[in-house]
Order: sequence, then C-alpha cells, then structure tokens
Amino acid sequence: MMRLWQVTKLIRSKNSGPFELTFDVIFKDRETYEKVRDAKLISAEWFARTYRLTPEVVSVIHYDAANAIKVTIPRPAISGDVDDTDVFGGQQYGPLVDLEVP
Amino acid sequence: MSEIRILSATGILGSGFREETLKRAMRLKPDFIGADSGSTDPGPHYLGSGDTLFSDSAYKRDLRLILLAARAAKIPAIIGSACTSGSDPQLERLVTIAREIAREEKLSFKLGMIHSEQNKNYLKRKLREGKVRPLANAPEFNEQVIDRSAHIVGMAGIEPFVEALEHGAEVVIAGRSSDTSIFSAIPVMRGLNPATVWHAAKILECGAACVVMRKYPDCMFATVRDDHFIVEPPNPEYRCDPASIASHNLYENSTPYELVEPSGVLNTFSAKYEAVSDRAVKVSGSTFKAAERYTIKLEGAELAGYQSIIIGSVRDPIILRQFDSWLAGLTRAAKDRITAVFGTGIEAKYRFDVRVFGRNATMGPLENETRIGHEVGLLFQVTADTQELATALIKSVSHIAVHYPVPEWTGLITSIAYPYSPSEIARGPCYRFNMNHVVEPESPLEMFGIEYEQV
Repeated sequence: MMRLWQVTKLIRSKNSGPFELTFDVIFKDRETYEKVRDAKLISAEWFARTYRLTPEVVSVIHYDAANAIKVTIPRPAISGDVDDTDVFGGQQYGPLVDLEVP
Repeated sequence: MSEIRILSATGILGSGFREETLKRAMRLKPDFIGADSGSTDPGPHYLGSGDTLFSDSAYKRDLRLILLAARAAKIPAIIGSACTSGSDPQLERLVTIAREIAREEKLSFKLGMIHSEQNKNYLKRKLREGKVRPLANAPEFNEQVIDRSAHIVGMAGIEPFVEALEHGAEVVIAGRSSDTSIFSAIPVMRGLNPATVWHAAKILECGAACVVMRKYPDCMFATVRDDHFIVEPPNPEYRCDPASIASHNLYENSTPYELVEPSGVLNTFSAKYEAVSDRAVKVSGSTFKAAERYTIKLEGAELAGYQSIIIGSVRDPIILRQFDSWLAGLTRAAKDRITAVFGTGIEAKYRFDVRVFGRNATMGPLENETRIGHEVGLLFQVTADTQELATALIKSVSHIAVHYPVPEWTGLITSIAYPYSPSEIARGPCYRFNMNHVVEPESPLEMFGIEYEQV
C-alpha cells in the first residue's frame, strides 16, 4: 500500500488570503494523479470530516495542467487572530501525508 | 511595441536576490524592473501596527541595487505594497529609504507615490450607498468596524501605476497594490493583450518561486508578446519547466484557473505550457474577461488586545501520563488565583489560553492524534485590554503553574521548565484582520492619491 507522500512531489497548505486555507497536492506523474483523482480519495467529504466543516464549503479543483488537486476551505480561524495556531497556514496538511493511495 | 521584457527583482522586496543575477538580467535589456514588497501572509500585525516584515537595511540593500540598475538603463522601477501592508506610514518608510539611496548614490528621478490608505468617511459613504460587498468567509462589516480599524488599505489595480507613469514617473512606489499590477501596468498601457500580460504577471510576481527547485530568493525574467510570453530564469543555476510554471498558478490562490483583479478576471483554463529549452517555458492561450463593475479589495486590521505569554515544558512521565487532568486543574487554579488577586469581575476582562506543543499546537481542536511524546511544550497566553493587565495576570499564572502538583508526589514539586527569566514575555498589541470586502469606486483612481516628487 502506497501513501500519498510517496506518489506526490509536493503536499502543502497555505493561506489564500487571511480568510481561506488552500491545499495543493501535486503528483509525480499523470497516471497516479488520474488514479487518485478518479478514485475521489481527496474529496469534499474527506476534508469536511478532517477539518470539521460541511462539504458544501469545501472547493476541490482538479488541475490537469500540473497533475495537481487543489482544495480550498474556510480558515479555522482568521490568520493571526487570538484563536489561530498557524499564521501562514503552512502546517495544516499533516493529515493528508499518510493517506493510503489505492 | 511588439514585445515587453520584464525583470522581476525578487518575490518580496527585502528578502533579497543575487546581485550577479540582476546584472545578468540587465544585459537582457528589460523594459522595466518590478518588485512586490508586501503580503498579508505574516499576519495582521504589520497592517495594524505599521511595522515592517524586513529591516530598513534589508529594504535598502534590495532597493539600492534596483534603483542603480534602473537609472543606469533609463528604465522605470516599480515597487508595490510598500513595506509589507502598503499603509501610509509604510509607504513613507520606503520612500524615505529611496530618498536616502538617491542622495548616497547621486541619483535623480521623478518619483510617483501611490497612496492606498483609505479614508474612513469615504468608506462609510460607500457602505451606506451599498457599494461594499463581502468576499468569501468575510466577517461582519459595518461602520463600527471601520471606526475600530487601525489601518485600512485598498488593493490598487494597474490604473494608478499607469497614471503615474504617464505623468513621467521614473520610479513608482505604491502602497497596497495587487502583486500582478506591478508587472501588468506597463505592458497593458502599451497595448499588449491583457490575457497574456496578467498571466505573465502572475508568474513573475513571486520572483524565482516558479522555478523547478528554488534554493534562495532571486530574479525572474519574461518576454511578453501579444499572444504568448516566454519565462526564463536569469540565474543559470535555475530552470523552469512547464510543470513548474503551471504549478505556480496554485500558489496562494484558491483556484489555479482564475485570478481576480480589479478590472477583470484572468482565466488560465485553456492555457498551454510548452518547453522552449530545458530552462525556458512558453505560455499562451489564457483569456481575460473585463469586470462588469470595477472593484477594489479592502484590507483592514483592528486591535484585538494585548498579550503576555509564558513558554515552558514538561518532562516528568508521571505528569505526562495524566497530562489532560493536570492541565485542566492547573488552568482552574490559575483562574482562581487571578480572581483572588484582582477580584470578581476580572473574568470578563481577560482571556486565558494554553497552547500545548507536542499535542495539538499546530492544528488546535482539529487534531486527531492523541499520543504525546516524552515531553510537551506549553505556551500560556493571556489577552487583555492593556499590556499592564496582561502582564499582571500572567505573573499570577506563572507561580501557580510552576508548582502545580500531581497526587503521586508528596511535597512541593516544580513541574514546568521555564527557559527564561522572567518567565513572562510581553507581546505587545495584537491585531485582527477585520474585513474581506470589495468596494465599487466611481473610477479606478478615486481611492488612490498620487504624489510626485523630483528626487
């Protein structure tokens, strides 16, 4: 069984402005990208469960030009606010790294 | 004008670039040099306080090399989002640095300064007229929010840059502006296809961020023609490939297919990325749709309070085995002590938070992992209306926490390792981003005052 980090060249999270958090999963090759994309492994439902949201507020975009899947969610707290844990939003991708890839 | 050659000095002014790369890039005869100087990434502190992300020395080093190169080649230099947030005090700071450089290097030029700080009465009028609209996940916006804001800036499009350049400005330093406007103003002004231009600008705005492996900040170069642009790093150690250029559209953007600007939306859905060598990429095929209504995005920050914090760690396995109940008891005892010292009623005047490193400091309540390791880090945090109160309260926490007991040990224990004396650190004022809205101005220049100065 492969893990997501083994088939990607980059998994990252980052602010998309202070009110949104965006995740990029960039695959090493087209074949694995298409397999993971079509298996809907990285889905609005998975993000909703993991980041405690409703699936409706999760945006999942398949970006074929870069063999990448982009997911954007509302930020758990506004960047830098008293409740925030991660001003740049850069360390929120942890739960994705060891996802099992079919 | 069949092509425009653009040099992006670095992703963010003050982070640096190689002097040698700039020299190489100047031999490619750019039509202008651009550099972004801002970001909301480091948080609300910079917009709220007027402080800057980098030191004056770092800004001066980068700006000196840019101004020397631009003046020697008699080409414009354009800097946007001065000193992190592009508020008036930050614009003034970068302009002061530019004046110093001019004096020291005996440079002379016409300087255009674009003000992005917003007038509160103007915004209230726009709000009443229904000309302010929320963007995604926007907090509530009303006149009180405007009043509470320490600074509010509008994100300029290309129009104020074009205006300044048409008035003969040779160096333009702007307050808050969209990163891409810095690079789009001249090519759009000279009539190139806006779709090609805005896409090139998106690739250029982060400097060398679009290369295959970015080891350090550096310059980037693009040649923009009407129907395509070619991007090639001027640093011979770097290379771009179609994947690295296509991937850059993902960065700090909620969709790789759209880039929203005041005057319209770039759509890269049908863009083609082709290698023209092992280090240069040709991009074509994007489209640009003009906006029905011209809008300017607002950014604002207000004071959220003052904080004092304590950093410590716990290593005792006995404490760690009952960590949650120990911390809950400690928190209760600390709050009781605060009430005992400051009287009932104090509860409403402060907020006490604990961040637990080694447990959930990164993801907070979203963390699913429950294991803890051989030690945990603790950050106690008090937020109050004044610095004096925040520090006074945390001093009570400090003593209670460091001796908080567990049943297994009899006698007085010292349960937390504090690395510092004093244990408490005053963090100063804390700010909060308080708007994510756009305004519809009557004209693209209405919200941006432009001043000129012969330096």
